[in-house]
Amino acid sequence: MISFNRTKLSNGLTVIVHEDNSTPLATINILYKVGARDEDPDKTGFAHLFEHLMFGGSVNIPEYDSPLQLAGGDNNAFTNNDITNYYLTLPAQNLSTGFWLESDRMMSLAFSPKSLDVQRQVVIEEFKQRYLNQPYGDVSLLLRPLTYKVHPYQWSTIGKEISHIENASLEDVRNFFFRYYCPDNAIMCVAGNVKSDEVFKMAEEWFGEIKRTFKDERKYAAEPKQTEKRVQTVERNIPFDSIYRSYHCSSRLEKEFYAEDLMTDILSAGKSARLYNSLVKDKKLFAEIHCYGSGSFDKGTITAEGKLVKGVTMKQAEEALDEELKKIVTEPVSNDELTKVKNKVESTMVFSEIDLSGRALNLAIAEYMGDAALINTEVDRYREVTAADITARAQDVFRETNCSTLYYLSKK
Amino acid sequence: MPENIAIRTQAPPLKHITDFSFRHVEKAILDNGIPVYTLNAGVQDVIRVELIFRNPAFNPAQPLMHSAANRLLNEGSSKHNAQQLAEMVDYYGAYYENEQSNDHSSVMLHTLNKHLGSTLPILHEILTDPAFPEKEIQVYQQNNKQRLTVENEKVASVARRKFAEIVFGAQHPYGYYVRPEDYDKLNQAELKKYHHAQYVSNHCSIIVSGKVDAEVIKSLNSIFGSADWTRSNGAMETVSDFKPSENKINYIERDDAIQSAIRVGRPMFNKTHPDYAGMQVLNTLLGGYFGSRLMKNIREDKGYTYGIGSAVASMVKGGYFFISSEVGSDVCSAALDEIYKEIELLKTEPVPEEELQMVKNYMLGSFLKNIDGAFNLADRWKGIMFYDLDYRYYDNFIQTVKSISSAEIMQLAAKYFKKEDLFELVVGKKQ
Repeated sequence: MISFNRTKLSNGLTVIVHEDNSTPLATINILYKVGARDEDPDKTGFAHLFEHLMFGGSVNIPEYDSPLQLAGGDNNAFTNNDITNYYLTLPAQNLSTGFWLESDRMMSLAFSPKSLDVQRQVVIEEFKQRYLNQPYGDVSLLLRPLTYKVHPYQWSTIGKEISHIENASLEDVRNFFFRYYCPDNAIMCVAGNVKSDEVFKMAEEWFGEIKRTFKDERKYAAEPKQTEKRVQTVERNIPFDSIYRSYHCSSRLEKEFYAEDLMTDILSAGKSARLYNSLVKDKKLFAEIHCYGSGSFDKGTITAEGKLVKGVTMKQAEEALDEELKKIVTEPVSNDELTKVKNKVESTMVFSEIDLSGRALNLAIAEYMGDAALINTEVDRYREVTAADITARAQDVFRETNCSTLYYLSKK
Repeated sequence: MPENIAIRTQAPPLKHITDFSFRHVEKAILDNGIPVYTLNAGVQDVIRVELIFRNPAFNPAQPLMHSAANRLLNEGSSKHNAQQLAEMVDYYGAYYENEQSNDHSSVMLHTLNKHLGSTLPILHEILTDPAFPEKEIQVYQQNNKQRLTVENEKVASVARRKFAEIVFGAQHPYGYYVRPEDYDKLNQAELKKYHHAQYVSNHCSIIVSGKVDAEVIKSLNSIFGSADWTRSNGAMETVSDFKPSENKINYIERDDAIQSAIRVGRPMFNKTHPDYAGMQVLNTLLGGYFGSRLMKNIREDKGYTYGIGSAVASMVKGGYFFISSEVGSDVCSAALDEIYKEIELLKTEPVPEEELQMVKNYMLGSFLKNIDGAFNLADRWKGIMFYDLDYRYYDNFIQTVKSISSAEIMQLAAKYFKKEDLFELVVGKKQ
């Protein structure tokens, strides 16, 4: 049970406080409701590039990191298709340093041309390091546009191509900031050795004067129902053939999500899971195999991916994979198997809450999903799932015409 | 107007951290002599049990034995096959993990307290009764050879392993460069023989953290405290000295690389050395945090890389210092020049007071994070127990961080960052 208090400032900023007096630390987590799905199709990768620029100085503070480090703190941030999240941790007695830094950059950035020049270059190096200079690194750049034809999930957070990052202008940066980085488009969670009333007062002092400016004009084009089997084949300089299958599924916010999540756990979580035991251990067709959901806020995907054992043909591997998927579509999962994955979900949640910043992030995400209190009832949603629910989801998801397959082959 | 208007043009006043006290482990001894270190802390009903074994001497004829034996423990016992063992652990929502370093092998169980009674016997079975089935050994060999073949395509992975070979020497266990064919040397008979010698109570220590009470110790004693696995492996011998490469400059060319992996560094002492704490400050300043000189210059000013860092690594028989980065191949030489420039600067110019203060405060804040929660507290003990150090190690660390001067930092840089002592490795393309 994670306790919290919550308020909303008059400018629309949601403030959540979680008190934990067993730690000397405090965390500030600020979730901005903006991600790669909000990008212009010709300017992809921008939300993530922008995240880098949030560290390039704000209206009154030339540099973000130094004062925080001086206060004994550190920080990081991440961007995904749905959100951009910033978090810092520092000794609780220096909490006001965190408020000072975060409120100033929510108020306005410095919009320094030098920072843009450098961070464009840094992000291009990130693009190369993670997506181009790695074996199998460009898979998501191929699989997303094969799976999504209309919805902005068709591109990765890093962007479609390097040129989009190269072309980002200071004007783009300014527009993006004033459009999305508004108090009424953000959720702040403060956790640790703090007092709720004091945090609420500090929030008012530091963030209260920032203007409410958010106009939510966003509509994400719904992805039309896929009606045909999609296939793409590429050859690369990699040692082993791989297969990637992407299936449309429900969103994180729909109740079907819970059955789907348990379904992928049955297939792929841990060493007792089905795909690993059947395809890696017994049949020795795959060197590794995984199946996981995207957990995204709009309709997401379930991906099954595997690297073939050398000498195994794609046909053999694919038939065996199909056979396993067919099993979960046609046969109800056993009680033991269902209990197992439910128990695992419960313990995973408890373990993820040991870390203070983990608790703060989970609270902020739950609030974005509708209510921070969801964090304490999530496990019940999983407990309610029946074997019949899983069969129903498997039947709906694992269909040939709902699938995009990428054959990623070794160049001969 | 609200009565309190935030002053934004200057930083709020800082309060220094004054209290670095933290909980120490308590020691109990099982009937067969295994020391159990317990750390009872935290609010969640979770517990972590780790059994750590000191490795016997490295055998070059079986270079993968330490890690393979450890990783194959849960691939089947005389009573259950691999899948059954995994089912038993997963059913209770527990996590079984294994960990290998050059000096130690360990197995670890994370579980909710309510399932400890059901899961500890599984841990015991995995640890003391592995069957090393032929079929599982084959799958392990096959898939790990494939995994290594993929790793060998990554410039960063090759650089990490090759650099260890350069600073420690190819024959030293810390420097041994694993090849795919090394997996073929494993077999069931050797694994069983190794297990019999290695996984014995004489070379075992247990660390338990989370919600720990007297009942937990009793359970541990009844499960792991008997004499039936008490014997010496007689082979805790020291290893040879480091034999670093003759060549200071090393280059592995990769024609198609669009980024090059860089390593610069040298063999060093470990955390028992009096200069170790000072070196940690010097290292943090140079490349150990986001505001470090290498990050500031090579990422935040030049944009040559997504990330650059440095570290001092400590092992039981010694350690090493290294800088690592992946940079655009077109700027590889320029990045190397900047790295050496930053190293030189540390030797020739005193660190400005404000920067030194920032590094110190950052390190002290990080320390506070490292003593937060039961598992972190257990790790602080784990970090010193095999060096025959006690908690005074951390008092000394805090004291050094607080008191070290710019002059002392310059002396350390001059002493340990001599150009002629540094090794360089590039994997990729230089230009």
